[in-house]
Amino acid sequence: MAFTVNGSVANGVATITLSGELDAAGAPAFREQVEKVSSESPKRLVLMVQDLEYIASAGLRVLIFSKQKMGAAVDIYVVGAQEQVQDTLEKTGFSKSVISVERYDVASA
Amino acid sequence: MSLTVDRIDIQPTHNYGGFRLRPGRPFPFGATLVPGGVNFSVFSSHAVSCTLVLFDKHAPQPMAEIPFPDEFRIGNVFTMVVFDLDYENIEYGFRMDGPFDPRVGHRFDKTKVLLDPYAKSIGGRDVWGQAPNWDDVYWHRARLVPDDFDWEGDRPLEIPIQDAVIYEMHVRGFTQHPSSGVKYRGTYAGVAAKIPYLKSLGVNVVELMPIFEFDEFENSRIHPDTGEQLLNYWGYSTVGFFAPKAAYAASGKFGMQVDELKTLVKSLHANGIEVILDVVFNHTAEGNEMGPTISFRGIDNRTYYMLTPDGYYFNFSGTGNTLNCNNPIVRNMVLDCLRYWAAEYHIDGFRFDLAAILGRDPWGAPLANPPLLETLAFDPILAKCKLIAEAWDAGGLYQVGSFPAYGRWAEWNGKFRDGIRRFLKGDSGMVGDVSQRIQGSPDLYSGGNRDATASINFITAHDGFTLADMVSYNDKHNEANGEGNRDGSNDNDSWNCGWEGPTDDPEINALRKRQMKNALAMLLVSQGIPMIVMGDEVARTQHGNNNAYCHDTDLSWFDWSLVDQNPDLLGFVSRCIAFRKAHPALRNTTHFRNTDYVGSGYPDISWHGVQAWNADWSAESRFIAFLLCGKHARGGTTPDNYIYVALNMHWDAQTVEIPRLPEGMAWHVFANTGAASPEDAWEPGQEPRLEDQRHIFVGPRSVVIFVGR
Repeated sequence: MAFTVNGSVANGVATITLSGELDAAGAPAFREQVEKVSSESPKRLVLMVQDLEYIASAGLRVLIFSKQKMGAAVDIYVVGAQEQVQDTLEKTGFSKSVISVERYDVASA
Repeated sequence: MSLTVDRIDIQPTHNYGGFRLRPGRPFPFGATLVPGGVNFSVFSSHAVSCTLVLFDKHAPQPMAEIPFPDEFRIGNVFTMVVFDLDYENIEYGFRMDGPFDPRVGHRFDKTKVLLDPYAKSIGGRDVWGQAPNWDDVYWHRARLVPDDFDWEGDRPLEIPIQDAVIYEMHVRGFTQHPSSGVKYRGTYAGVAAKIPYLKSLGVNVVELMPIFEFDEFENSRIHPDTGEQLLNYWGYSTVGFFAPKAAYAASGKFGMQVDELKTLVKSLHANGIEVILDVVFNHTAEGNEMGPTISFRGIDNRTYYMLTPDGYYFNFSGTGNTLNCNNPIVRNMVLDCLRYWAAEYHIDGFRFDLAAILGRDPWGAPLANPPLLETLAFDPILAKCKLIAEAWDAGGLYQVGSFPAYGRWAEWNGKFRDGIRRFLKGDSGMVGDVSQRIQGSPDLYSGGNRDATASINFITAHDGFTLADMVSYNDKHNEANGEGNRDGSNDNDSWNCGWEGPTDDPEINALRKRQMKNALAMLLVSQGIPMIVMGDEVARTQHGNNNAYCHDTDLSWFDWSLVDQNPDLLGFVSRCIAFRKAHPALRNTTHFRNTDYVGSGYPDISWHGVQAWNADWSAESRFIAFLLCGKHARGGTTPDNYIYVALNMHWDAQTVEIPRLPEGMAWHVFANTGAASPEDAWEPGQEPRLEDQRHIFVGPRSVVIFVGR
């Protein structure tokens, strides 16, 4: 499935929705979204990944980039990761740098 | 309007078949991501031309071949930048053209696609044990790696070497057994999942058996009973010196082995545990004349290998070829490699397999002042790394005690292993030798101005019997290796305690367990650096196989059910480690002087027999005791308790007079291997006071350890 990415910021929470296969070809678009939402200095980054099927090394690097771009004080939530994506985060240790949740209620932000 | 002007050095200058190129930079060697492209650089002293071969990831045939333009060549280095490559999805190799004349050492063959000696990541063998396509034009495929891992402030730990307790492990074997209970068995991620176990054991250095990319299929032997092909499970045969073994990564099939290994290092560091790599620079996976051409043979055979005058391969490694480590070019490659692992992976130290080879000249003769060893000892990037030599080779050079050290190198002390084993089984004439081993082998090291920290003490290592087998077998049982039990060492200094192999006899089993505790206790109270091999703390067995290099089965894996079966042994080892950590008197850097130089009334170390102050050094003596004066710990700079250790390797019990302590102090029992668990060892600081402060009863073949405070 083709990779798509959309982003928005509301009430200090940046939300980026990823779907499809995030490989080297899709990573620049993801990175562009990260740069776009970070310009509004959000306090939290929420990545909606329920429809993300695969994340390659290039995608993980954008995750690192997000963390570095926004600073350690900004929590990164990964919401609804499919098994393969969650596996990749665990094996490479990125799961320790983000907060993985099954669901994210926007109202609780 | 931007005030900056684009750099002119990132603009293409040439075109070839639709690829945009410009002259590359010779340094660094290998493939490096640069703005807009990839810089390729490879050297060969004897090739006449070189072609870059590009593949789409996993593709059977190349998608492009780009000759390095001759005008880009600098000296013997072929270099160019190729722009606009999809670096996540390509693999690359080289074709080298030059003479094929084995008599003078040249074996160029431009039909072969060759692996970059500096490849940072290697695909093609991403999943362990998955048979490759042997008809593939390119077996081990170089890939590109971005160096942008998020270390989150991590740095090598720089634990002083005298404080190290080393745990030697095989990455796959540590968690591959189904009993490990980890999600990603047999991988770097699996090791990370077991960090809590390592912490509770108390070790603070893990030494990983080879993790450079190797080919587990490099073994032609067949299991004599099952008919299955045996593997090269240990991995002492390097394919690529800069690339981590992809099949040890759960994420290897996605090409993320670099991230996964770095994550393991970062996690170990966060838990106070260093990482030492067992590195194999003495030979490569290309074997002899009959072996495969993977990389070095096709790139610059005469430079990389030690060759006979007729162009055949010298075989000091016992594996077919010998890397030409004191050739200046190869020496630089070794240095580049170690610097890369230290800087990019935050590796804390290196153990060099068959390191005596690294001190031979290009014709095989031992050098008095080997440039490679000196270079490593004084390198600024490696300055805080632990450097440990296996100070012998398969060509008969044995340098324990005489390895060129430059004040930096420590070495596996094979004489510690041999002396302690013989004493343990009750050989006569061993107390003198053992007294040296316990002191950090000053007989071997003080003459060369080397401290006790030069001695890496071990009783067992991956190569040889496990501890449990050492007390269960008199002879090796290597039939499963497919060589008619001819492989593996015959000099094991082991004793089966009365029966060869497993037995139901409770007395024999009790003696075996006591002997294991005796061995580990002696190891952990000796000066020098103790090393334990994976699983010995829970009596792991290889059923008498002392050379299990080829078995990727439960014969060589860590069976985690042993943790539940042998909690007493595990508890004993972890308390001995904690005791060592609690007492600087056990971790001196300098050798004892055998005098009282702080005015405490006691020498730094004193020797005792069944009578205090009267050691029996005769040939038939199998009892020796020593007293460490706490006021002399660390040269008198770090006050500690007094420590008394009695080693009775006689089959009879002994009533022993213990030396008096200074007024106001009393002896407390830390350990007594003759006592039943859990009273065989106590938590440091909670040792019970000894009732009779003058005499003790030391059981047959037992070790007692007291602390005076």
